[in-house]
Amino acid sequence: MRFDWNWEFTAEILPRLLAATLNTLIAAGVGYAIAVVLGLVLALAQRTPWTPLTKVVRELVEFIRSTPLVLQIFFVFYVGPQFGIRLSPWTAGMIAIGLHYSAYLSEVYRAGIEAVPRGQWESCRALNLSTRDTYLRIIIPQALPPSVAGMGNYLIGIFKDTPMLSVIGVAELMHTANAIGSEHYRFLEPYTLVGVIFLAISLPAAGFVRVFEGWVRRKLGL
Amino acid sequence: MPIWEFLATYGWRFLGGAVVTAEQFILAALVAITVALLAGLGKLSGNWLIRGTAVVYIEIFRGTSLLVQLYWIFFVLPLFGINLDKFTAGFLSVGLNIGAYGAELVRGAIRSVPKGQWEAAYALSMSPTKRMRRIILPQALAIMLPSWGNLLIELLKGTALVSLISVADLMFEAKQINASTFLSAEAFGTALVVYYILARFLVTPFMRGLERAMARRLGRT
Repeated sequence: MRFDWNWEFTAEILPRLLAATLNTLIAAGVGYAIAVVLGLVLALAQRTPWTPLTKVVRELVEFIRSTPLVLQIFFVFYVGPQFGIRLSPWTAGMIAIGLHYSAYLSEVYRAGIEAVPRGQWESCRALNLSTRDTYLRIIIPQALPPSVAGMGNYLIGIFKDTPMLSVIGVAELMHTANAIGSEHYRFLEPYTLVGVIFLAISLPAAGFVRVFEGWVRRKLGL
Repeated sequence: MPIWEFLATYGWRFLGGAVVTAEQFILAALVAITVALLAGLGKLSGNWLIRGTAVVYIEIFRGTSLLVQLYWIFFVLPLFGINLDKFTAGFLSVGLNIGAYGAELVRGAIRSVPKGQWEAAYALSMSPTKRMRRIILPQALAIMLPSWGNLLIELLKGTALVSLISVADLMFEAKQINASTFLSAEAFGTALVVYYILARFLVTPFMRGLERAMARRLGRT
């Protein structure tokens, strides 16, 4: 076979790929929602005074961050049934990708929390605020703005990692491109279009994150 | 099957897979470092053609997924007459992908070398090449090494994807063993632990050592 781009074929498969793009976006959104919440839990767990918990969570975060996401996806998907828990590809995929990125986001939050000046903690103590109020009203509101850039980058990161979900059969963009490719024995158009769609979404998104970060900084007078 | 029996039976295959992963890692790292340096310097070049090429490379490889790039290089490039075997396609894709992120590190590090260093080199009438090689790059290297440590972990994780074009790496062996034994927790669990050991006890300490050596050479200890 040689290079021969077929525009008719492109027009034929484009609607299917765009429909799958929606699935990709949903997968990224759901995974990110899990990661945002779970990441905060992991970050706060590392700040509890109980050292065994702190150490275990620290090691867990390191473990998740230094092993491949695709292997974690397989692990979550296949290990459940061995113990009688059957997960659909979507559920397993969302758990795996959410967990993976929660480890990354916990590091972003941790850096944000550590960047809050010591005086703020001391003032909270001096004002006799409860731990809950200290975090909710004083620390987290100040820790979030410096975290915005990191959080935005990982949102784009999670979006770019969703093709890995195709390995367990989540019908996202890559999976659909594979299916089209093997139905028609043509890989040039589907794979190239997937690349173009990714670029078309992630480049503007990266620009948007930069603008948003600047806006947050200005808004807070930083 | 208890875990030690599992390891006694399949340990060799995991080891073989780990060796292929290590090969992929080293070759991909070489590709990544080379293209990162080229594209990073290219993005700072005064020539618009070189700068444009570097920007296009960086944006394309950072804007799409590694998996998409891998499939494209392995399945689509042959249509243009470039046939790569799966092993080469594997480390080349991973290297090119990580290299695009590395290029930004190189660029950032070069730009954060203090201005006085540039001026001093200029005052000593060093040629631009010599200035870059003897004065700027060594200091930029010290600045960007910690970030490269993280990036190389990403690279190691990226190599797991080459199993999807059937390069027989660690991930591939784990999948095969899982398919033939259905012992998923053992097969994938072992692979996870091996990746963790590679990252935490080989790559990270190596990079830390390099950082220390670099700091010593620059007299910053």
